[in-house]
Amino acid sequence: MNAAVAADSTSELVRPGEALEVAPGVHWIGALDPTLRTFDIILRTANGTTYNAYLVRGTEGVAVIDTVKAGFADDFFARLESVARYDEIRVIVLNHLEPDHSGALPELMRRAPQARLYISTRATSMLKALLKPNEDERPFEYQTVGTGDAVSLGDRTLRFLHTPFLHWPDTQCTYLVEEGVLFSGDVFGCHHCDSRLFNDRCGDFRFAFDYYYAHIMRPFKTHVMKALSLIEPLPLKLVAPTHGPILRDRPRRYLTRYRELSSASFTERLDDTHKTLLIFYMSSYGNTARMAEAIRDGAEETAGVRVSLYDLEGGELAPFVDLIESADALALGSPTINGDAVKPIWDLLSSLAVIDLKGKLGAAFGSYGWTGEAVRMIEDRMRGLKMRVPVAGLRIKLIPTEAELDDCRAFGRALAAAMTGADAGQTTELADLA
Amino acid sequence: MAKAKITFTDIDQTVNVPAGTRVIEVSEKIGAGIIYGCREGDCGTCMMHVEEGWNNLTEPSVLEEKVLRENMASRHDRLACQAQILGDCRVKPA
Ligand SMILES: Cc1cc2nc3c(=O)[nH]c(=O)nc-3n(C[C@H](O)[C@H](O)[C@H](O)COP(=O)(O)O)c2cc1C
Ligand code: FES
Ligand SMILES: [Fe+2]
Ligand SMILES: [Fe+2]
Repeated sequence: MNAAVAADSTSELVRPGEALEVAPGVHWIGALDPTLRTFDIILRTANGTTYNAYLVRGTEGVAVIDTVKAGFADDFFARLESVARYDEIRVIVLNHLEPDHSGALPELMRRAPQARLYISTRATSMLKALLKPNEDERPFEYQTVGTGDAVSLGDRTLRFLHTPFLHWPDTQCTYLVEEGVLFSGDVFGCHHCDSRLFNDRCGDFRFAFDYYYAHIMRPFKTHVMKALSLIEPLPLKLVAPTHGPILRDRPRRYLTRYRELSSASFTERLDDTHKTLLIFYMSSYGNTARMAEAIRDGAEETAGVRVSLYDLEGGELAPFVDLIESADALALGSPTINGDAVKPIWDLLSSLAVIDLKGKLGAAFGSYGWTGEAVRMIEDRMRGLKMRVPVAGLRIKLIPTEAELDDCRAFGRALAAAMTGADAGQTTELADLA
Repeated sequence: MAKAKITFTDIDQTVNVPAGTRVIEVSEKIGAGIIYGCREGDCGTCMMHVEEGWNNLTEPSVLEEKVLRENMASRHDRLACQAQILGDCRVKPA
């Protein structure tokens, strides 16, 4: 435990209207939201969240880093006023423009019109769309910054790190050089409301930390890795995210955890000379199931391709999502029922928003009775999810014949060829593409 | 109608298309790795790198230029949902 922790611990509780010093000259001026249960539609929280905003005082002015959700602006301004005057504010940094952090920005800029706003290069078009000024107001002025840019507060320097897509295109981190404090935005945050505020004094929040990563950061693993390589070399005394506990006790543990969570452990388990194809299907009378088996047999004829076949009826979605994250290709089989693919297929597809599908191959197949819409709908959805669909989907009317099972095997071989690149070097007419 | 050849070098596939076809209309059908978000020239998701035939695509609009700049495009990057194919070219995801 460090020295600050041993000090009078009651002085470290969040109190209404009072800022809390988290490092010399650095104050937390955020808000607690203990009654929130659902965040951004996709996240649940059993004890609410916090909106962390910070104030940094230098010899030549004050910087405010991030604000709070609009409904919590009063808390934010009261805490701000307890440690600074509006006319002292020279710098406002928004690390992320999502409304939970930009909610009090318009009012802050009205109260501190002399302050300059610093946002990432990718944030400009969002700023305009989020903070549409009234007709009688002038538009917000701002300066865009990227890695290497810095702003001085006299004796202290804020440096910017360009860390896009964590979890919006506009996200960045800000580093207070002299104190080794990283204002990380949503990165390293979690929805966990605890008025003890510091990680070493809060209750165990590891589950909330991992859960937040799994739903907010996981789709952006490659961006997480890039951001970590910018952050890891920095001397770090404190990581100050925009939600949940402030990480002052061994802050590097949380960087390490992000690295662990972003590493592809599954892929490393398999020898990477193989490409992996996963086939999932649903089948009521076994027709789509027979297609699935024939597609597997066809694909498996190709050296270097490893195929696994799963009946969606027999499993939970979460482990399937993990499997898909480390696979190279995904084939989905569904009969057409009432003009649509069946719900377990859509459930699986809508669970894939938490992983990065870019570059993975997709394929669809299924048995049908008279219209057969399911296959096309699945293909469209796969494209919508940014998968490549190299082989046109395969539909078979009712019970597959031997000849039609041959078509399935050929479909499997074609998919395997696209996976291994064996189909390279061809020329096609646009009109011949499905 | 005039024909053009577009090669997607990431998957090494070539498609013969009528001149004027947008890249987006071809790349998804052939299963190339270029990806799309808004599909209307706003988000920059579909950025592609033109390896050859830069002048065989329609000129970028002012709006496309702006989106390319905001997304820190490098030289010879274009938006695949905007660029139309006029002659032979070779492209890949940026
Ligand atoms: C977790 C999360 C992820 C988002 N992902 C996207 C996205 O991929 N593409 C996009 O255009 N907008 C994305 N958004 C932005 C929302 O669509 C946007 O904030 C919208 O205005 C929310 O509308 P609502 O107020 O009706 O919920 C995302 C927002 C959140 C909270
Ligand atoms: S897909 Fe959004 S710009 Fe092309
Ligand atoms: Fe956010
Ligand atoms: Fe947030």
